[in-house]
Amino acid sequence: MNPLPSLRAKRSNPEGPRRQAGLLRRFAPRNDVLAVASALFLASPALADSLLPAAPYADVQLPDPRQERQAKALMETVRCLVCQGQSIADSDAEMAGDMRSLVRERIAAGETPEQIRAWLVARYGDWVTYQPTLQPLTWPLWAAPILLLLAGLWLARGRFRRRRRG
Amino acid sequence: MKRLVLWVPLAAFAVFLAVVAIGLYAPSDRAVRSGLIGRPVPDFDLAPGMPGRPGLTSAALRDGRPHVVNIFASWCLPCRIEAPQLDALARRGIPIDGIAVRDRPQDLARFLATYGDPFRAIGADTDRRVQMELGSAGVPETFVIDGQGVIRHQHIGAITEADMAEIVAAWEAAR
Repeated sequence: MNPLPSLRAKRSNPEGPRRQAGLLRRFAPRNDVLAVASALFLASPALADSLLPAAPYADVQLPDPRQERQAKALMETVRCLVCQGQSIADSDAEMAGDMRSLVRERIAAGETPEQIRAWLVARYGDWVTYQPTLQPLTWPLWAAPILLLLAGLWLARGRFRRRRRG
Repeated sequence: MKRLVLWVPLAAFAVFLAVVAIGLYAPSDRAVRSGLIGRPVPDFDLAPGMPGRPGLTSAALRDGRPHVVNIFASWCLPCRIEAPQLDALARRGIPIDGIAVRDRPQDLARFLATYGDPFRAIGADTDRRVQMELGSAGVPETFVIDGQGVIRHQHIGAITEADMAEIVAAWEAAR
């Protein structure tokens, strides 16, 4: 979770304004390229974000540290539905902020993290949680490490036996 | 028998490669479907998104008639693309109920004046709670809800000309 998302976005160009100026100079004769590039840069925020301020608890911690810890742990295992590869704790997407606020407000209202997770899974499917649940579809996921370990032990046992005999 | 066993690792690797290749070449579907299709619409009560227009409540969606609920926003670019299709649906006599996500009345008014106004009602989902309540992951999305208030169909993304038949069929089926 980042309290100042806009600052982080601006810092993302590691080489700073000097390199940007160089790029602009190189493109200067090609006005069309510059126009398209600037249009893309100007247009991208409008695609994803509204003009309203962030949700009240998107970037504000809960006053109770124990509750905030619970909320943070849950936010780190809930997928952002916009970026899809980040948790809502990591994402700067506006919807992730709204989801963080939802999580914090529900924790503050006395819900348990697992209740909130179940609420999200009922709406967005298992995909929304990074913590796989145990069910018929996922049991191979849980059983595979144990089965592989057993297979390894069995193989090792065979090899040791053969070596002793030889 | 022993000969055959020697081929097992290679066969396993081939299966692994095949699975990866299928995963790589299959078209990726990043749409997040709502888990509430076939289930009753959750309770909500949204204030009007702009003056002179009714808001939207879940009770209004259980009035015995089918509903097309469009989740949109004035700041959403694909919503401009689907505006003509929504207008066409409204002209066909299919009323559209809107849920405006994180929007302001003045922006809504400008959006509707520019891109057309097919909406019978517009609820203001200022904090995105109703969008999340419905299991919608973005704008625009369109839900078809039957007269008992059961969600029957979800369309993710802008409605294009090619999607019209699907929306109309879902609405007819919900009658």
